[in-house]
Amino acid sequence: MAKRRADVGTLYRGSPGQWSWLAHRVTGVAIILFLFVHVVDTAVVGWGPEAYERVSSVYHNWFVLLLELGLVAAVLFHALNGLKIMVFDFWPSTVRHMRPISAATTLVFVLAMVPIVWIMGGSVLEKLGWL
Amino acid sequence: MATDVGDVLETSDRRRAGASGKVTLTLRIRRYNPELRGEESWWDEFTIQADPNDRLLDALHEVKWHHDGTLALRRSCAHGICGSDAVMVNGRNRLACKVLVRDIAPKATVEPIRGLPVLKDLIVDMEPFFEGYRSVLPYLINDEGEPDRERLQSPEERQRYDDTTKCILCACCTTSCPIFWGDEGYVGPAAIVQAHRFIFDSRDRGARERLQILADKTGVFRCRTTFNCTDACPRGIEVTKAIQEVKREILLDRF
Repeated sequence: MAKRRADVGTLYRGSPGQWSWLAHRVTGVAIILFLFVHVVDTAVVGWGPEAYERVSSVYHNWFVLLLELGLVAAVLFHALNGLKIMVFDFWPSTVRHMRPISAATTLVFVLAMVPIVWIMGGSVLEKLGWL
Repeated sequence: MATDVGDVLETSDRRRAGASGKVTLTLRIRRYNPELRGEESWWDEFTIQADPNDRLLDALHEVKWHHDGTLALRRSCAHGICGSDAVMVNGRNRLACKVLVRDIAPKATVEPIRGLPVLKDLIVDMEPFFEGYRSVLPYLINDEGEPDRERLQSPEERQRYDDTTKCILCACCTTSCPIFWGDEGYVGPAAIVQAHRFIFDSRDRGARERLQILADKTGVFRCRTTFNCTDACPRGIEVTKAIQEVKREILLDRF
């Protein structure tokens, strides 16, 4: 088989499914990276409550709180998109309604993010002293 | 007053083209010619006058015939049935003979389809694509002996795989798939569409064999339902749906 030439052309402007697939992968990697950190910070409790408290105080930093907001968004998107994929996998006829199903998934994501941003964003602003 | 037939035809042609007649179309074409310029590809721009009801293929012909004869492209029937002029137009896979100038003017970007080795300009090596196609045994398999007359099929049985009979093997779907770009082993959407056409044919007996091939790691489960294939198919085949049906068939076959 001839070798495929690595060539960068213009961006492929695919279906919305291309972008949710990409976002699914990016959020998946982001979540697993957080999990590694989380395993480490939880394991620190083995050195006693003081050590644990010291390490977990990092999570009270405004920037880390902002990252946490991103983490919740990533988990929520990954979960909802995963459910969407399962619907397509188990009921092939639903594939025909990809656009409305994708729109509904996005709507649920946005609606769920409203209170999350309200609550978690509030604590970020509080830490910054802007609230 | 006698009217010449030629005049009538010309007038109706002009009317179809709209009052303005020709439009200006700038084509930005991705070029590649290892014999002249080595491994680097480059962009060329051509500005031409074209009838808005002409196809992109006509515009490419205009470039090749009157501007730059070295432009290489593949086409045969020019009527959307042979499947040889698949190109990437403005970031989407289309048949050059099924895209109208009025839908892309004043400027369009034309590139070779992605994921296959480019040989020259818009011509790619289709062999890896056909390799995937051949691997799914795209022909009738029936070892029950020759029947006395044709193998009968009810309209409902025929309808089951009607959509996937429309494939013209142009590779628009396969080369729109991000998984195919990244994984040389993946058979790709078109091969699965062709497999679907026989798996669900009531006269065929090779379904299990094909399902085994497609259950492999280079098979149907590489699909991540990005829907680029369905969007790209110039024949309007519901490619993703066909792939999902094959996935489900493999799942049910196991239990």
